[in-house]
Amino acid sequence: MVEYIKSYLGSSTTPGQAGNVFWASVYILLIFLGLSVAVIAMNWLERKILAHMQVRLGPMRVGPHGLLQPIADAIKLLIKEDIMPSQADGFVFWVAPIVVVITAFTVFIVVPFGPTHAVTDMNIGVLFMLGVSSLSVLGIVMAGWASNSHYPLMGALRSSAQMVSYEIAMGLAVVSAVLMTSLNATGTGTLSMIGIVQSQQAQQVWFAFKFFPLGLIAFFVFAVAMVAETNRAPFDLPEAESELTAGFHTEYSGFRWSLFFLAEYSAMIAVSSIAVTLWLGGWLRPFPHLLSGSTWDLVFSLLPGATFLLLGLMAFVGVFRMPKHPYFRVQTIGLAGFGVILGLIGLLLFLPPVRDRIQDIFWFSAKVAFFMYLYIWYRGTFPRYRFDQLMKVGWKVLLPVGIGVLILTAVAGVLL
Amino acid sequence: MQPVATTFFFYFLSGLTVIAGVLVITRRNPVHSALALILALLGQAGLYLMLYAPFVAGVQIILYAGGIMVLFLFVIMLVNIEKSQKEEQFNKQWVVGILAAVALGVLFVLVYTKGKSLFPDRVAQLPEQSNTQQIAVMLYGNYMFTFEIASLLLLVAIIGAVVMAKKRI
Repeated sequence: MVEYIKSYLGSSTTPGQAGNVFWASVYILLIFLGLSVAVIAMNWLERKILAHMQVRLGPMRVGPHGLLQPIADAIKLLIKEDIMPSQADGFVFWVAPIVVVITAFTVFIVVPFGPTHAVTDMNIGVLFMLGVSSLSVLGIVMAGWASNSHYPLMGALRSSAQMVSYEIAMGLAVVSAVLMTSLNATGTGTLSMIGIVQSQQAQQVWFAFKFFPLGLIAFFVFAVAMVAETNRAPFDLPEAESELTAGFHTEYSGFRWSLFFLAEYSAMIAVSSIAVTLWLGGWLRPFPHLLSGSTWDLVFSLLPGATFLLLGLMAFVGVFRMPKHPYFRVQTIGLAGFGVILGLIGLLLFLPPVRDRIQDIFWFSAKVAFFMYLYIWYRGTFPRYRFDQLMKVGWKVLLPVGIGVLILTAVAGVLL
Repeated sequence: MQPVATTFFFYFLSGLTVIAGVLVITRRNPVHSALALILALLGQAGLYLMLYAPFVAGVQIILYAGGIMVLFLFVIMLVNIEKSQKEEQFNKQWVVGILAAVALGVLFVLVYTKGKSLFPDRVAQLPEQSNTQQIAVMLYGNYMFTFEIASLLLLVAIIGAVVMAKKRI
């Protein structure tokens, strides 16, 4: 048993390829845990950042600076009454959130957090991710139809039309990135997520900057399509509050609603990680070739720890800015404790063995976090599209641009 | 990595596909039929994976997810569910049905008895890694002409749909 566990440690592949069930399960658990924490953090960050964009304070009551607000929300959702409309289609109503959650989490088995840090590496990686995430629209339509109510049905119909039409633009952008992998010295392209990052490493360029500006345009098409694909603002018509109450999940409450919430945020993380893998070099640190050498390696390997130390420092600044009233004493101590924990994590990341192993994961997560911030930024600044405008953008702008970029990429690949 | 428990997964996926297929034709509610159909198609995708054809499995999921989606919308928009639940489900075409069943049965028996001489003894073991490339070589090399004709057919279908749906072009 111990030998079996140890046998994987020396290998340089993912646990799925090595066929090691133990480590694959460990990775799955870690990803599940990490995703849940990310969704909780995202919930807090979204409310805070949106509030600051609108010159409000956001959640401030539960815990210091509202840090415990997502946990309070989760408890509220779990103990809330779970209502099913009496005229609803029971089985479909029950199975819809499960379908959405399963598809949102399944895609993560091919997401490469590092050259070996993925559950497995499939040779159809990108195709698998697009396919499984396209199944989630089924769950949304099932939810909308089974609720047997007008607003959910309208939301579900909008959602299906939107996702089916934006999937095409998304697919074309992905194909032009996959085409770029086939232009290295070996001449064989790959759909595997790890293979795509490795070919960016071999060609010494992130695909967003290859064949400038073709890669950038394809990246832009994908970046717009992925917002529409995850039903987020400014394309959040399926759940447009002002016209459809809450769209397809109007009739859902309590735990089932929280499953939709969880699925939405993990789908956002999933499409962001496709974008990061295909265009922004996945786990590669910035400038691996320009700024190479042992000094730069050391500097970049210290950055993860330094980031956490900075966060801890910010928490301590918050401690000193807390009101000195005795009412706030518990909160001040809590914030100081949070700062100490962040600082300790930062110090842990400075240790050489941890530092070397954590680097890939840190750069990948940092790039995904940038996309998460973009999502919040869009929501805070863009007005919502009308449905005909949305369709016009999808079919008359993104689709032709996607086809054009694909053809030009192929031409550039042959000529250059 | 060597595959594990192939017999179990084969029977599991086949059973899933067959049961879901039966559900498609026996459910009274057309939406439930559409859901059973997607289950059957997913089971089929799993069988493709077991045949070392990951690309075909992935394409099966992508295409049929979209296809079932459209079917779902047709059901919601065009079929009157209350009416269809009261209607009789099978029309009385026993003769044609029996003929088709007998023909299919004879085909199965023939394949079972003469299969050894008709089909190669064992599946040619293509390396799983190059499955996508192999399909590309077949589609854009060996069967280029048929592939283009199929795409022409699809183009005609698209134009026909636009002409029929839009009054003024």
